[in-house]
Amino acid sequence: MSADNSTHGSYRSYIIGFVLSVILTVIPFYVVMAEVEMDILWAMLIIFGLGAVQILVHVQYFLHVSVGAEDGWQFMSLIFTAVVLVIILAGSIWVMFHLHENMMPAHDTIERVRELQ
Amino acid sequence: MAPTDTTAEAPYEFHVFEDAHDHDHAEEHAHETGTMLGFWLYLMSDCLLFGILFAVHAVLGQNYAAGPSPADLFEIEKIALATAFLLLSSITYGFAAINMQQNNARVMSFWLVVTLGMGAGFLFVSYLEFTHLWHIGATPMASAFLSSFWFLVGTHGMHVLGGSIWLVILLIQVQMHGLTPENKRRVMCLSLFWHFLDLIWIGVFSFVYLAGVLL
Repeated sequence: MSADNSTHGSYRSYIIGFVLSVILTVIPFYVVMAEVEMDILWAMLIIFGLGAVQILVHVQYFLHVSVGAEDGWQFMSLIFTAVVLVIILAGSIWVMFHLHENMMPAHDTIERVRELQ
Repeated sequence: MAPTDTTAEAPYEFHVFEDAHDHDHAEEHAHETGTMLGFWLYLMSDCLLFGILFAVHAVLGQNYAAGPSPADLFEIEKIALATAFLLLSSITYGFAAINMQQNNARVMSFWLVVTLGMGAGFLFVSYLEFTHLWHIGATPMASAFLSSFWFLVGTHGMHVLGGSIWLVILLIQVQMHGLTPENKRRVMCLSLFWHFLDLIWIGVFSFVYLAGVLL
């Protein structure tokens, strides 16, 4: 991230990143907007898989994270954040879905009228 | 028992030792390096904040309380337009950063103005969407799903608004003082911030909108 040219990218790297991003964005939008006939599991896999790849593309081509920058502190803090995020997200989803499963349905709270429709 | 007298001890001192690894560029450069790393650490903390909001939405996102579901509410065409604005603004900011590197203040300002226009386009589409949802009664008060939706997408929108205001101020600063080392540093900090917001938006459109409509 210091001021040498290599870490700020070039027209070429920005355009590569942009083209990859467009491809990775258009595919999931197409799957949803064109209502492509496929298993819901496959659709989710496409949306989240390509989303994850696109995040990596942005980190590489737009944010220019490199292992060597800032004596490694930039990369290390990124990895630390990613690990914490995985723990927060996976942990919350895991715990809360088991909680839902173990709860009895509260019948009287579902009686709210669909006034929003 | 009498409290121990802490003042007698030497106070703790916290230092960040900075290696002056760019001897050629003297002090200016070492200072820039510290600021960029500090700003990066701020972004990582912001990332954790968004991570928590995503976790909340993952937990509450299907609690509709007999209210509308994502498939009833979201217009994916609008989201595609907002996504296009944000994606284009990322590459135009990239061009601005390259021109800053080559000391082309005028070309850089041009690309920054284009970026600002894209940001404004994104904010306008968001504004249309939010006012539409509010008018049909899909307010944050309607269900847990809508609470977490408004909080997550609203926080991202506020960040884009903040970045846009910063961009206006930056353009004024560049007009007034030219491409000084301080202004260059500010351009690079906002560059990180702007690309980071685009990255968060990937999560928002994948997880909240596209997956939400299908599930």
